[in-house]
Amino acid sequence: MLPNNPIHSILSGDYPRSKALSVALVIVLVSLAFAPFLFPGSQPLNVAAKICVFVILVASYDLLLGYTGIVSFAHTMFYGIGGYGVAIAMYNFNAGWGALGLGVLAALVLAMLLALLIGLFSLRVRAIFFAMITLAVASAFAILASQLNEITGGEDGRSYRIPEMLRPAFRLFDEPVLGVMINGRILTYYLIFFAALILFLLALRVVNSPFGRVLQAIRENDFRAEALGYRVVVYRSIANCLSAGMATLAGVLMALWLRYTGPDTTLSFAIMIDILLMVVIGGMGTLYGAVLGATIFILAQNYLQVLMGQFSGMLEAAGIPLLPGLFHADRWLLWLGILFVLSVYFFPVGIVGKLRQMKS
Amino acid sequence: MPATPALETRDLTIRFGGHVAVNAVSCAFHPGTLTAIVGPNGAGKTTYFNLISGQLKATAGSVLLRGHDVSGLTASARTKRGMGRAFQLTNLFPNLTVMENVRLAVQSRAGAGLQLLQLWSHRRDLIEKADSLLESVKLLEKRNAMAGALPHGDQRKLEVALLLALEPDVFMFDEPTAGMSVDEVPTVLDLIHGIKARGDKTVLLVEHKMDVVRSLADRIIVLHNGTLVADGEPATVIASPVVQEAYLGISPEAAGQTMGEAAR
Repeated sequence: MLPNNPIHSILSGDYPRSKALSVALVIVLVSLAFAPFLFPGSQPLNVAAKICVFVILVASYDLLLGYTGIVSFAHTMFYGIGGYGVAIAMYNFNAGWGALGLGVLAALVLAMLLALLIGLFSLRVRAIFFAMITLAVASAFAILASQLNEITGGEDGRSYRIPEMLRPAFRLFDEPVLGVMINGRILTYYLIFFAALILFLLALRVVNSPFGRVLQAIRENDFRAEALGYRVVVYRSIANCLSAGMATLAGVLMALWLRYTGPDTTLSFAIMIDILLMVVIGGMGTLYGAVLGATIFILAQNYLQVLMGQFSGMLEAAGIPLLPGLFHADRWLLWLGILFVLSVYFFPVGIVGKLRQMKS
Repeated sequence: MPATPALETRDLTIRFGGHVAVNAVSCAFHPGTLTAIVGPNGAGKTTYFNLISGQLKATAGSVLLRGHDVSGLTASARTKRGMGRAFQLTNLFPNLTVMENVRLAVQSRAGAGLQLLQLWSHRRDLIEKADSLLESVKLLEKRNAMAGALPHGDQRKLEVALLLALEPDVFMFDEPTAGMSVDEVPTVLDLIHGIKARGDKTVLLVEHKMDVVRSLADRIIVLHNGTLVADGEPATVIASPVVQEAYLGISPEAAGQTMGEAAR
């Protein structure tokens, strides 16, 4: 396509480069954009909101892992800082937009400052040491958050009110639109959706900028990037800060959706593992992989159990022995695990990588 | 000759444990001259290069660029100040295209690396520059191939293109033609000759092929066990007993192929 085409600018010239991938991305985009109308009910909307947040969280992690070649385990820490920024501001001040803005700003400043410090002190060392340092800092932060009862609510976390417009009781119109009452919940969803869309396109722009190519060069050969005159530690630190900022905003969005922030929903190591899996399943260093990885993973997490229950019931009704037990709904985690092993085995370059290979 | 050399090393030394890889090498290099650095394998030529361009930190001594001490600077800072280096072992960005490789070097020179929100593909000037450099090393038709997938000779040419893209004042070539096929060598040698002919650039060349050295070099310095053992006009240096002995003493085979042949 021509460089002056608006789609070219929006996608930063980084096309899906595969028909199947384009179709999949359009399906995800349309489904998320019209989620409240296509899939009514609170559970589907919950899943859709979670997908939006995780697309951002995973994309920001891909910026580090896939594009710059940095392995960090501190990503949930930044996600948590965003969550706690909202929680602390909303809990301690009146639940208005001003307090929210203050909380977001404070969280962003803290996260980026912390990312910069970790980066400057430890991005000079070998990758494995950096990974260890981030692990240590993230663990320390998680302990701190659960110990500082007065501020964070400790293990129980904090529930809080959010600005009135975003509360479930708020009605934008008196009449339903397309059969759906536009309440504060749906407004919150669209806030999350558009924030996620803009952040994703911004990330796509950054990885396709002159700066983004330097990040890839550093991933490929940091020694040579330095010899070409690029200060590797500076570039890595900026990437680290950008990624941390994006993860913080993902945490902010999640905190608005849940109206609760606690250690388990933001800082747990299980979320870190989920992020890693989503990046790998989607395809490292592609960003579009973050969209597919997060979507598939979260759908599986939420619906595999139900699907298996139905499947098992069908098998039982058909009178097949043994299999109903194997596909019993309680075994869903086993099958989730098997699905991931298979996906990594068959798509070592991720789904996006595989789709692009199939094309050529 | 101008008063301040483009590049100078003073008592440049590096020790690895008890082993002195480069031993108090003092030498000045002036614009418009091409200096060949020769010596048997393990003489410390590449290590000397690494000390100059900043990949290694010297144990003692200093490196001066246009009279300014750059010993404390990182490799990237030295590159920014006009030092350019091509590597002996091919050292590229394998999963980026040929064009992206060169463009990264062009972009470094243009100081455009920190543009975060501009599109990479919108900087036509940088792309055209990169294309013209690819043309000069005869790689233009392979611009969209992955660098890692190129044949060895092409990777060597790409390595040279990266160095040219930096437009340094001091060019450092580390065996630029090693492993190239016979018909590819002239392309690279012509480029090096062209740089030298401009008169304002300083060229350092580590090279084993004596015919290359004789056709290009204005001056030869000889390293042996990390020490500078000879320095002067090509003909004089090649014929000197110390060179003959250095080569014959260390590696009779290499001496037979390179120095011995050249001295005949």
